[in-house]
Amino acid sequence: MADFDEELDASGLNCPLPILRAKKALAGMESGKVLHIIATDPGSVKDFEAFARQTGNELMESKEEGGKFQFLIRKA
Amino acid sequence: MEEKKLAIIATKGSLDWAYPPFILASTAAALGYETEIFFTFYGLQLLKKNLDLKVTPLGNPGMPMPMGMDKWFPTMLTALPGMESMMTSMMKKKMASKGVASLEELRELCQEAEVRLIACQMTVDLFDMDSSEFIDGVEYAGAARFFEFAGQSDICLYI
Repeated sequence: MADFDEELDASGLNCPLPILRAKKALAGMESGKVLHIIATDPGSVKDFEAFARQTGNELMESKEEGGKFQFLIRKA
Repeated sequence: MEEKKLAIIATKGSLDWAYPPFILASTAAALGYETEIFFTFYGLQLLKKNLDLKVTPLGNPGMPMPMGMDKWFPTMLTALPGMESMMTSMMKKKMASKGVASLEELRELCQEAEVRLIACQMTVDLFDMDSSEFIDGVEYAGAARFFEFAGQSDICLYI
């Protein structure tokens, strides 16, 4: 996984909390910085894709590893 | 990208039906929607400072119950005293164990995200409610106020 600037562990949280926490974390970051998100909600895979498309933030990477979903989002 | 708008009418005051308005509104706000919820009739319960919402299997054959009770437990017995409290407490425990946010938390997230919460003044008067029972930051208005925003909204939901 590529480098990131901030990390958000949303493990154990269910819809819509991972998205809401990510939005909040991104709000405190500068444009171009990368947020690494860890989640256990399987719905978060489609949700972060949709979140990125609608907010303009770039979903750089999305993968599953050992039951955890990991995302890299670059702030627009 | 022009800001999209979501207008919701929240009309129900049970624990289960309290979730959709707050989940959808907070998510929409996170996606950049300008969002407004108009609370009317039983929906006003969702604005109370002390949320004391219940869930009942009565009249709701679709509600999954613990131990498969929805399959064998006679519907009439769900009307027994204490059943509603028991079901409510079980539902809350289940939600907490699955990482589902509490209503208080979702409502707070909505307010943080500047979702506008509007209480139907007519219902407040009808049920002799007092604005001191409600959380801060609520606007009191009527149907015309709702249409002002709903008329320009991209999505309008009646819940």
